[in-house]
Amino acid sequence: MNIATHSPALIIAIPLLGAFLTPLIGKLGRRVRDAFVLIILILTSIIGIILAQQVYSEGVVEYVFGGSSPSINSSTTSSIPIVRIIFEIDGMSIFMAMISLLLAFFAALYSISFVKDENGSDRYYTLLLLLLVGMLGMELTGDMFNFFVFIEIASISASALIAFSVDRGESLEAAIKYLAISSIGALFLLFAIGLLYGQYDALNMAMIANSLSNTYIDKIALILLIGSLAMKSGIAPMHMWMPDAYGEAPSSVTFAIIAATQASLYGLIRVCFTIYGKAFDMQAIAGVLVALAFASIFIGATMTLIQSSLTRAIAYAAVAEMGYILLGIGTALFLGVEAHGAVALKGGIFHIFNDALDMGLLFLAAGSIIYATKERNMNNLGGLARRMRFTTIFFLIGLLAASGMPPMNGFASKILIYESTYTLNPILAIIAILSSILMLAIFVRIFYSVFLGPENPNLKDIKEVPKPMLISMACISLIIILLGIFPSLVVDSIVNPAVHALSNVDAYIGSILGGV
Amino acid sequence: MIYNIPYIAVAALIMIGLYAILFKRNLIKIVIGITILESGVNLFLITLGYRKNAVAPIYTNLPEGTSIPEGMTLPVPQALTLTSIVIGVAVLALMLAISIQIYKKYRTLDVAKIRRLKG
Amino acid sequence: MNEPSKIVKTIASIIFPFIIVYGLYIIVHGHLTPGGGFQGGAVTASGIVLLLVAFGSAEIAKKIKESHLSILESVGALSFISLALLGLSTAFFYNFLAGSNFIFGRIPPFGSNPGDMNTGGVLPLMNISVGLKVIAGLFAVVLILSFVARAKEGRRK
Repeated sequence: MNIATHSPALIIAIPLLGAFLTPLIGKLGRRVRDAFVLIILILTSIIGIILAQQVYSEGVVEYVFGGSSPSINSSTTSSIPIVRIIFEIDGMSIFMAMISLLLAFFAALYSISFVKDENGSDRYYTLLLLLLVGMLGMELTGDMFNFFVFIEIASISASALIAFSVDRGESLEAAIKYLAISSIGALFLLFAIGLLYGQYDALNMAMIANSLSNTYIDKIALILLIGSLAMKSGIAPMHMWMPDAYGEAPSSVTFAIIAATQASLYGLIRVCFTIYGKAFDMQAIAGVLVALAFASIFIGATMTLIQSSLTRAIAYAAVAEMGYILLGIGTALFLGVEAHGAVALKGGIFHIFNDALDMGLLFLAAGSIIYATKERNMNNLGGLARRMRFTTIFFLIGLLAASGMPPMNGFASKILIYESTYTLNPILAIIAILSSILMLAIFVRIFYSVFLGPENPNLKDIKEVPKPMLISMACISLIIILLGIFPSLVVDSIVNPAVHALSNVDAYIGSILGGV
Repeated sequence: MIYNIPYIAVAALIMIGLYAILFKRNLIKIVIGITILESGVNLFLITLGYRKNAVAPIYTNLPEGTSIPEGMTLPVPQALTLTSIVIGVAVLALMLAISIQIYKKYRTLDVAKIRRLKG
Repeated sequence: MNEPSKIVKTIASIIFPFIIVYGLYIIVHGHLTPGGGFQGGAVTASGIVLLLVAFGSAEIAKKIKESHLSILESVGALSFISLALLGLSTAFFYNFLAGSNFIFGRIPPFGSNPGDMNTGGVLPLMNISVGLKVIAGLFAVVLILSFVARAKEGRRK
């Protein structure tokens, strides 16, 4: 049995097996269970690296579930084309999968000490592994209905994790808002999938892309798809759940949900570039996406000002960062991916990676503060730099990276986005730069009021947080600084194949339809 | 015209579901609205697979004279609908569990009174 | 609400075995007639919930503990994934039992036939695993929701 050929199946099967074994192993003790979860995540990451090597050498990897060829051939029935579920993995899918694996591993490492005292932590790790399965399935699949099933798995696990600390009423309210909005969005996604199936008798993404024609129902399906996937990605005006869910969840959970939100954004990219890219002229849609991106940036940057809860302020900054990613993608769609749009797409995709790391680090640092002081309100905090030195440094690195300051990785991706938006329209680029500077100012104010300044007398005897939390924050800071100084390390090896894969729709379609 | 009636029912169910989600204030009524919306989408999926004067796509005790596969309805939408129903059950169970925890905490189910996260 | 009456308890005890047999029939015959894992599991879980409603949650909670249901659920899920992984020589979820000489290995003739239960390969086994998981899961959900009602009753008295 060749592991490399079966790696797309193993990358889903191993966390799924681990998720269901965790309650049984949890009876043996807490340390055994923590070690087991980390071993499962390391195994999955190794299989992810094997899969990545295959993708970068072959181009597009496809894997058929349940049989050796995508169609059913038998002597009594005629050959029926493509009925099986196929995973189709190209450069963009493996890029998102690597982000999800990285974030899930550090979330589990951070959770070891974060949820130590709560009961029901067996279920916590099961749900975290199921969330990883959902995200990986969303990113690797080549079948529309399979995408819907995995998006529902991810949103159910995520909302159960948000409601994990049931003694706080705010987290319950955030969880039910997240679940209601996710399931309504997913139902509209299912409606659009039904429309496309009724038209073309195909659920496979490559087959739909091949047989798409410019009818009225396809336009309705496109509107529904973009609407529901944008609702799941937190783009304004449908961003209402994001401050609640990110702000009230336990911080390791927020770290994992950032990856789930970006997987929904990946779905949007796949719909706009691959499925509808050949047959439709996407300029009008691109204009709408750019407008929505600016709405997100504006709302995110200004609403951060008036928040008094620490995690809620960072969550609004995350809304603005999603706006920046969508700005890069919308510009690329407008200008056409072969020409100037490649720079915009490079910036947007690189920013997905950077945004996950930066916002994740900020949330982890905020989580450390909440763990140590049990205080969420910024007005009651102050002068923490004396007691919690490491957390201060990590928060500083995170906020410099999130605002796009030079030695950090946020600068590298944001300069690409500014450059391409300038060729679109100079005024839009100036608005984007000004919003970035506004966010820097707001974060410096937060940093000053939380860490510097006179010490609050209630907080005299707090200590630094335990080692696993510090180790995960340190690793992520290291990656951020490394990417900031040598961005070409990542851009040439990981981002460029992703951009190339998105612009090359014929390779995506041809690898499935050419072989049948 | 008679074959369009399921699609009219789909539109009606989706409208009723959206009305219940947007305009009702009791949390349980909002949950029921989501379930009605999901029933509408499931009905749409299964109506896609209908063929005129066709039987169920099962080989066991098939009636005499049906042509295979043109005399049977499409089986793929049935599988899609079944998966969607299972997902709907899971979402409903989780929403009810969270609603019960909210009731234990706040002693009311009115959405206007539960709302603490503003701005 | 007082203790349920004698009539309800008697009729529930009489109907309960029929519902269980009907549900298990739907699970096991999933590859021949309409039905399968989830459908049969939901019917069987409804039968057990009928007992819960008739006898009150206090009685049932003495006999069936939540940890047993959790183990049953894990067994169902693990057997499902193990069956999928066993076919990994060709592909994930490959039907390695169809055409071989183990249980469920016969290949049925094409066209209308009266239905042979020895066919299907790995499908009936997966149906049984999914049915087990659904029974345990749905019953656990209703059991835990009934505890809340009992706590509320206790507080009102």
